Amino acid sequence: MASITFREVEGSSLKYWLLFGGLGLFVLFGALAWNYMHHHGHVVTGMDNQIVWGLPHVFAVFLIVAASGALNVASIASVFNQKMYKPLAPLSAVLALALMLGGLLVLVLDLGRSDRLIVAMTHFNFKSMFTWNVFLYSGFFGLVGIYLWTMLDRSVAGYAKTAGTAAFIWRLILTTGTGSLFGFLIARELYGSSMLAPMFIIMSFAYGLAVYLMVLAAAYAWTGRPLGDAVMLRLKNLLAVFVAAVLYFTVVFHLTNLYFAKMEGVEAFVLRDGGIITTLFWVGQIVIGCILPLFILLTNLGKTRVWIMIASGLIILGGMAQMYVTIIGAQAYPLDMFPGLLESSSFADGQFHTYSPSVPEFFLGFGGVAIALLATLFGIKVLRLLPASLDDATVARLEH
Amino acid sequence: MNENKPIVDNPVSPDRRRFVGVAAAAAGVSLAPGVMLMEVAHGRPESQAASSAVRWGMLVDATKCESGCDDCVTACSTENGWTPVDQSVHKKQAPQWIRKLELQNPLTQMETNLPMMCQHCADAPCVDVCPTGASFKRADGIVLVNRHTCIGCRYCMMACPYKARSLVHESLNDTQKPDVPRGIGCVESCTLCVQKIDRGDGTTACVEACTASGHNALLFGDMNDPESEISKRLRELPTKQVRADLNLNLGVRYHGI
Repeated sequence: MASITFREVEGSSLKYWLLFGGLGLFVLFGALAWNYMHHHGHVVTGMDNQIVWGLPHVFAVFLIVAASGALNVASIASVFNQKMYKPLAPLSAVLALALMLGGLLVLVLDLGRSDRLIVAMTHFNFKSMFTWNVFLYSGFFGLVGIYLWTMLDRSVAGYAKTAGTAAFIWRLILTTGTGSLFGFLIARELYGSSMLAPMFIIMSFAYGLAVYLMVLAAAYAWTGRPLGDAVMLRLKNLLAVFVAAVLYFTVVFHLTNLYFAKMEGVEAFVLRDGGIITTLFWVGQIVIGCILPLFILLTNLGKTRVWIMIASGLIILGGMAQMYVTIIGAQAYPLDMFPGLLESSSFADGQFHTYSPSVPEFFLGFGGVAIALLATLFGIKVLRLLPASLDDATVARLEH
Repeated sequence: MNENKPIVDNPVSPDRRRFVGVAAAAAGVSLAPGVMLMEVAHGRPESQAASSAVRWGMLVDATKCESGCDDCVTACSTENGWTPVDQSVHKKQAPQWIRKLELQNPLTQMETNLPMMCQHCADAPCVDVCPTGASFKRADGIVLVNRHTCIGCRYCMMACPYKARSLVHESLNDTQKPDVPRGIGCVESCTLCVQKIDRGDGTTACVEACTASGHNALLFGDMNDPESEISKRLRELPTKQVRADLNLNLGVRYHGI
């Protein structure tokens, strides 16, 4: 196998520092948003006692799911021994860590008592999926960290496959855990399905790879390093398969629900009567998140870099819409405590619940995205994560 | 004094004897309820843990629950110090420990009224999902939130099939009660007036209010004691658990739904 040179990004250009500063500004806004929410309480958000998890959860869960998926490229390299993916692996691991960091920060800063994080780290209830996720997330940092070490330090390179396999299995369990946060809830009609676990895994593949492709292309374009079509086209084909699988799971999930009479109400809400939720499902999750990217990636359009970027961007937007429908939509539909009867009360029983995210919630979410990108940007400056060249000739030599 | 002396020789006059007797009786009459009250009031000293021999529960007779009456809600808010929703500035975010639910059958137009609150499940989903164990069930069946270890993640609110829980969305005013710990950023719900139970009142604020209004739609008691009033009524009346399909074994039972 031909050797490949990894090199840090110099990171001294005005463009680098402008990007660094711009992202830093969003991190600052996120911190201010948290401070505002923490000082006044959740009363300043759009959340209430009906919609208890709002936009911060949409961002956080998306980032956590994408983090797990971003590790895909590295897994393909070391677990499935695909040589072409090896030079792509270090960025994949760092991006996975950075996205996880961003997602977790949003999640914990949205707690009613974010100052009590230490309590969550010292008091455990092992019947709770949340507790399991605390361990899954910490383990993810540990295992991916070790895996990254085996990739960067030649003296421990022999352990790369073992570490990579451990990280791969761990991240599958982790996304199962994230999906099960919802799957293990009996109260909400839209949850309580084991389908959510595999569905979250396949969604993580698609979202994570879309984020990875955009970061990879941006890093190479902005540093002027050559990035050949061979890499991009292989990855975009993989992306198309993942998006198709997401669409398949989504269709099966809703078809199964539609077959059960007791689920007709909530399905009618999501698919037809839910207003913004319905729009986000059809326009966001299905058309923007699946149909358009599939069309781009599977036709001749997908052979050009710009269109691959557009498709990746659409998949990310569709993924956010999917999280919104999954998290907010399930809460917006009223709990059916007395099937067949009309309910009314001072507590909005029997009504579709509305939710308008507030500005601090947006900024908290964007802050998480910014910190993930900032960590990646810093990572490629201080660590040798990116091959100096990924042109077609270099990549072709790897496979022989 | 010679013990064998006949009583008639006792120098104690009948008047004095009568006085002692009356005094003793008076003392007995005035002390006995005190002693009895002491026993009830100290039903459970602080050093003694709640017992699983007891299962506190409530019976709601929806056929007696008046439309438009919310005495139980007012009594709960007064007892536990939460602001009634109509007095709250942020109504959508105001906590509601108990609420009146109006049900209507769209086919028959039959209307039913009932109070809805924490159902104190034996297998409580909120307890299962709580990451820190702040949500817990006491041995006597009361489901509570430990206000000191609740991190405000709201997972219990996602898990509760009865929407019984509220997050305290803003700083609390000064109407707080010393024996009802509450606080911003924490989740809370009906405690079955645990402070009253531990004091030995043997009832809850909502039940007292419903009884005082003459509706008698609520009955509180020990469901483990076959001789308790609630156990007797539960044996006689057909009752249901809300969302019985979830098999959560509720501490609140409804008649007439």
